[in-house]
Amino acid sequence: MKFAVIVFPGSNCDIDMYHAVKDELGEEAEYVWHDAESLEDYDAVLLPGGFSYGDYLRSGAIAQFSNVMKEVVKAAEAGKPVLGVCNGFQILLEAGLLPGAMRRNDSLKFICKQVELKIENNETMFSAGYRKGEVITIPVAHGEGNYYCDDQTLAKLKKNNQIVFTYNGENPNGSLENIAGIINERGNVLGMMPHPERAVDTLLGGADGLQLFRSIVKQWREANAVNA
Amino acid sequence: MYKVKVYITLRESVLDPQGTAVKRALATHGYEGIQEVRIGKYMELTLDESVKDVDAAVKEMCERLLANTVIEDYRYEVEEVVAQ
Repeated sequence: MKFAVIVFPGSNCDIDMYHAVKDELGEEAEYVWHDAESLEDYDAVLLPGGFSYGDYLRSGAIAQFSNVMKEVVKAAEAGKPVLGVCNGFQILLEAGLLPGAMRRNDSLKFICKQVELKIENNETMFSAGYRKGEVITIPVAHGEGNYYCDDQTLAKLKKNNQIVFTYNGENPNGSLENIAGIINERGNVLGMMPHPERAVDTLLGGADGLQLFRSIVKQWREANAVNA
Repeated sequence: MYKVKVYITLRESVLDPQGTAVKRALATHGYEGIQEVRIGKYMELTLDESVKDVDAAVKEMCERLLANTVIEDYRYEVEEVVAQ
């Protein structure tokens, strides 16, 4: 399986994403610059964290108009897995691939620490390797992760089971309903604030994030075995 | 030429953590009677005569990029500047 790791000016978790897929899972991965014309060669798209375009105007606001985002939209429409982490999540929101928006953390502080996440929905291609209700530990590192959407959108998220991860116990940023990660209706675009790519090795503090990448690969293999 | 002043603020229904912190700081400094502080962004655009419908153009810019209408409101003022 071949992953595209999108690199914007200001991305800083691209190497961790690459490492998770390439070194931990042994799958193919390539860095793809923000001006790329096509993502046709890739089976999945990873939007890493960081501060794309310096977070000018709003986090993710400028990145949504970069060349490669048109291709990310096409990949999403084609049903390919698209994962946005942290700034990648913010970009998916700004691009309208996921509903809602991010506000500053309610503490106004940049928060960098391990948090507990609860698996609310394990029937997605990203979370199938976890148990429903399972609590995992993954780091967050953000200043704007305070997820917001209007009541109508929230009702829809709940009805369609689109809330995949919530903060367990303490909510680090004040997000609505403790939301940490949501998926689109079709189930192939996931955005989350915590960093699974920073939790893929017990030597470096934990490997609870690895299962997310494994789930994507497993689902893809099964789908393609059927097609073959 | 046109000078356009764009004001972007968080929508009324959205809590403004920065505004709340500043309100508290003002109270700490002894300022009384402050009901609310809302923090926003201010932008100045200069457009030339080639822009035919300034109103429509600025509105579109606000909707597409300058404001995120999920959480932000915008308003703007257009001033025509005549070259001396």
